[in-house]
Amino acid sequence: MKRAVTHRQEALISSGGSICSDMSRRIPWRAILESRASAWIVPMSIVAIWQAVCVLELTPSTLLPSPMAVIDAARRLTLTGELPLNLGVSFLRAIGGLAIGGAIGFFFGLANGVSKISEVLADSTLQMARNIPHLALIPLVILWLGIDEEAKLFLVSIGVFFPIYVNTLHGVRSVDPQLVEMARSYGMPSRELFGLVVLPGALPSIFVGLRYALGVMWLTLIVAETIAAQSGLGYMAMQAREFMQVDVVVLSILIYALLGKFADSVARFLERACLSWHPAFQRERGVAP
Amino acid sequence: MTIQTTVDAHLRPGVSMRARNLDKSFGSTRVLSGLDLDVPAGQFLAIVGRSGCGKSTLLRLVAGLDEKTRGAVSFEEHAPVQAHDVVRVMFQEPRLLPWARVLANVEVGLGARRGDVDGREQALEALRSVGLEDRATEWPSTLSGGQKQRVAFARALVSRPRLLAFDEPLGALDALTRVEMQRLLESAWLREGFTALLVTHDVAEAVALADRIVIIENGAISRDIAVDLPRPRRRGAVEVAELEEQILDYLLGEAAGRAAE
Repeated sequence: MKRAVTHRQEALISSGGSICSDMSRRIPWRAILESRASAWIVPMSIVAIWQAVCVLELTPSTLLPSPMAVIDAARRLTLTGELPLNLGVSFLRAIGGLAIGGAIGFFFGLANGVSKISEVLADSTLQMARNIPHLALIPLVILWLGIDEEAKLFLVSIGVFFPIYVNTLHGVRSVDPQLVEMARSYGMPSRELFGLVVLPGALPSIFVGLRYALGVMWLTLIVAETIAAQSGLGYMAMQAREFMQVDVVVLSILIYALLGKFADSVARFLERACLSWHPAFQRERGVAP
Repeated sequence: MTIQTTVDAHLRPGVSMRARNLDKSFGSTRVLSGLDLDVPAGQFLAIVGRSGCGKSTLLRLVAGLDEKTRGAVSFEEHAPVQAHDVVRVMFQEPRLLPWARVLANVEVGLGARRGDVDGREQALEALRSVGLEDRATEWPSTLSGGQKQRVAFARALVSRPRLLAFDEPLGALDALTRVEMQRLLESAWLREGFTALLVTHDVAEAVALADRIVIIENGAISRDIAVDLPRPRRRGAVEVAELEEQILDYLLGEAAGRAAE
């Protein structure tokens, strides 16, 4: 017995290399699960289950097309140019509405955060308007603006306005008054005070507003396009329903999911780039304090 | 340009400060009542007192951070100047901008000279004088409490203060860092020649640094003590310890007297 143990020890000592290769042969689950790619494990599994359900014909293909059928629809519509066109139209509407509504919300948020007069004049009105579901305006918007581009831009602008407004206002308000006092005591002029202290201090909150606004932006656009449009992803989905093209309907829905994920990634990237001073982001990058 | 700045520094020594009949009330609470104080140019004055006695309020009035209820504060009798041009404050907290690198934080002190060619050099020089030049490109969040306070001190120095008001800036530091900072303050004061106003509840700190100590009680100055000890003062030297005990006895005696009433 004793001898056997010694034998094994000898083996371990003499073949240090083989221990290492032994370790590496074991699958490093933890490292895999912590990597960024693992975020795709769940969505991919869902697609795999979905494909299995379709192949086994557990559901009628007229109600649920298989992933392969959806990919095929994407290929078909890309070749006819229908998908890129509608995607482009929707994308421009979304960006346009975000730019207009976001800029106005950002402006009012800053103005009302910095100026007491501006806040007294505008804030209570805006808070009242905020509680109207903006999608409830669709009938009115159609009456006023028809189903042209203005209608969609208007609705998206209204939708993104409020999250950006509320969070910008909150961000400016919650800037550390001690820092403002410090800057003033060094005789910092108002413009520099704004650029060096107030705006950077409000930025984390503004980003929260932006990410929320991106969600509202897609939601509003899709609803508006579904109800009143002659192009765009929502329109494409509605047309497909008319002709019972269930693969195109599902394709549209999947594209919404991907667009949402894409928008969120862009926002995250901007956040990381602009808030690299923030301890939360330094920890994320593994920089020791 | 360097010659210019040296000349400038010589032309801008400490300012004298005069407060007359200062009153400050918050609502119905009267914090300062009829306080008079004269500080000659270049003096290191320590203001001590129990917490809530109004010593920080006095400092904030001198720095023009708060509005006085009544009375007057003036600087340089012969050529009057405004508080925001000559007074700089070091707060209890470092108050660094977390989104600006260490050097950029020091550059805040440059004011209108920020962005000048030699402005950056001056900021680096100030950072060097507090021993943190190698941290110039880091975020403030990576610094320790004492290091942050040294950056704040560099920021104050680079603004070329003619009166530097310290609002218990060492209060939150550990004992060792505190002594280190006290030495840093003293050497900067000896080198730059600004008038220094140190608000503190630490009597030992006041005795170690100040030319003169005033004690504030009931919103006015109750004692005015000249500290005539040679510098650098050795901690634990007999005269230093005696004076410290004398002042502590006074402060505690007052408290005991009040309790007896």
